Amino acid sequence: MTGTYLGMPAMPATPRMPAVPATPEVPSFPEAAREAVRDGVLRANLRHATHTIRDKRARAVAELADWDRLRAAGRAVKDHTLRHLDRYLLQLEEAVTAAGGTVHWAADADEANRIVTDLVRATGEREVVKVKSMATQEIGLNEALEAAGIAAYETDLAELIVQLGHDRPSHILVPAIHRNRAEIRDVFRTEMGRWGRPAPGSLGDDPRELAEAARLHLREKFLRAKVAVSGANFMVAETGTMVVLESEGNGRMCLTLPETLISVVGIEKVVPTFRDLEIFLQTLPRSSTAERMNPYTTMWTGTMKGDGPTAFHLVLLDNGRTDTLADETGRQALRCIRCSACLNVCPVYERAGGHAYGSVYPGPIGAILSPQLRGTARAIDASLPYASTLCGACYEVCPVAIDIPEVLVHLRERVAQGGPATRAGIRVTLRPADGHTAERAAMRAARLLLDHPGALRAGERLLARARRLAPRRLPGAGRAWTDSRELPTVPPESFRDWWAARERSTPR
Amino acid sequence: MSSKDRVLGRIRRALRDAAPEGEIPRDYLPVHGVRTPAARVDLLAAHLAEYRAVVHRTHEEALPALLTRLLDARGARSVLVPPGLPPHWLPAGGPTRVPDRAESTPYELDLVDSVVTGCALAVAETGTIVLDGGPDQGRRRITLIPDHHVCVIRVPDQVVDSVPQALPLLDPARPLTWISGPSATSDIELDRVEGVHGPRTLEVVLMGTQ
Ligand code: SF4
Repeated sequence: MTGTYLGMPAMPATPRMPAVPATPEVPSFPEAAREAVRDGVLRANLRHATHTIRDKRARAVAELADWDRLRAAGRAVKDHTLRHLDRYLLQLEEAVTAAGGTVHWAADADEANRIVTDLVRATGEREVVKVKSMATQEIGLNEALEAAGIAAYETDLAELIVQLGHDRPSHILVPAIHRNRAEIRDVFRTEMGRWGRPAPGSLGDDPRELAEAARLHLREKFLRAKVAVSGANFMVAETGTMVVLESEGNGRMCLTLPETLISVVGIEKVVPTFRDLEIFLQTLPRSSTAERMNPYTTMWTGTMKGDGPTAFHLVLLDNGRTDTLADETGRQALRCIRCSACLNVCPVYERAGGHAYGSVYPGPIGAILSPQLRGTARAIDASLPYASTLCGACYEVCPVAIDIPEVLVHLRERVAQGGPATRAGIRVTLRPADGHTAERAAMRAARLLLDHPGALRAGERLLARARRLAPRRLPGAGRAWTDSRELPTVPPESFRDWWAARERSTPR
Repeated sequence: MSSKDRVLGRIRRALRDAAPEGEIPRDYLPVHGVRTPAARVDLLAAHLAEYRAVVHRTHEEALPALLTRLLDARGARSVLVPPGLPPHWLPAGGPTRVPDRAESTPYELDLVDSVVTGCALAVAETGTIVLDGGPDQGRRRITLIPDHHVCVIRVPDQVVDSVPQALPLLDPARPLTWISGPSATSDIELDRVEGVHGPRTLEVVLMGTQ
């Protein structure tokens, strides 16, 4: 660890601390975003997508007169569950086991990957079909399986596009949103044949044709698959029921045709009772795909004789979640039900694209989740809390009322000032980033926004919101670098004026 | 120390000073609007149609003729039949009946053209049919692999208004499949395309009594 890490709050060297992962350094958010904002196709695709979903969502939400109450209830259920997470996980384990399933506990990504790999090996199979799952992306399961000689096939259409294109997902709900139809056709034409049934030679770029090619390509895999890997949207402690929401039917294929089903699920996905689903089955589809209900929801409890998989394994994943739970302000990020509504309203996401967040969790939720799950030792994670205008739109749409701006500001404070945190279950005291690096992280994020006028409107909204939030947080967060410099703490003048003044006086 | 103990220990340490949480407010609405049974069925029909299910209305005596017509129109040569489907729904002489058997391989099911089932219940506000593997619905896969699913709903008895009304009527120990329109994707430039992996055509028959 050296000072070249942007915004790195150096951690005290204690022998018990896990080493900083030896992954290649990912560029910080502003650096990655700078690439994305230059990419015209990407931005046009993103803009179209986010605005379309955003408008539809608003209509779907407006249909429910009790939306605010559903939102409050969803928040309360999640908070209650988190408050008693140990109890509900034990109850869940008991219920799943009683229903014929097997529960495994994984403290981190490596352990989860090892468990899944061993389970697949035990079946004697060399390939698995996968339902779109953020948790398995988070732990890099496909790569781990590949290293063990096991092929993992993504079956969600967008994930298939991403996988065949040797690409990374850029949106929670529509991971291939950065690709247009012509690009998708090219990927299908060149890649499908390497993995199974090739795309027809005459394949055009009509979405219907493309979907048909994917149907045929994947059907071959579904029908022969013996092992499937999934995540889950919800797990019910009371009954041991697992719930997966989807649209295409690939989920149903994976969840019911194979003989062995392995679900890797974050520990925060548990809810206490079957009844609690009445809240989330109303809020998740409307927030996510802007539909009253997604086309398919599958619920299963353990195994069912004669129907569906004969073996069910549930891998409960921690991987930084308990560290997040230990942070009083930050733990609310664990309420997230991964609807992606916050991405679609975020002016920064719209300009920067999902890849800039350097994580499977992009957008506003990624900006608060990644630095908590992974810590802030890497440049990307230290800069993520600055990847926001604090306009508050993400909080407004969030169906479980996560105050993302509050957590962002809290994390900025942690990056800039240091302080207590928990890593891998151990309490540590983070040292403040040195003033210069923290400033750079913040300034580059600000410059990104202000170089691109589309984000300015959001910058203006920042004012109203920031004032409301600021007295509690911003001065503290800013202090580490503002005190010794000319920057005002909370802008008494508008952000835009302040920036304009700064631009005049600071050579680029 | 096992990973289970490690994770539980971390949780307990993380929550050591967490404040007790408040009550869960349940003041959201059990149902959105007051409807007559007929209006409830109309709403279900409208919402199903909006998500591209094909909706038909009939009564029990006319059901066999309607089902025959729907299967004919598809050119179906074979039809999957769950064990408890009322025998008189499908008249003899129609497409070959394929029974729902545990031994059938997915490849065998893939050769079947259509499937006819009942349902556990339907939810009007969301346009959803719920299957629970009951005798007139069969295993989950039979409504998944064939490209054409005809689902018969007894109206108004099997129709509830809302999701909060549906859940208490369902048994979580049974496998549950909630279906709202046919399979669909919007993954390519957000253009909605019906039918990726599940049945591309969902026909819903609202069967009333006369
Ligand atoms: S933070 Fe809220 S809005 Fe964003 S994905 Fe999670 S639940 Fe949805």
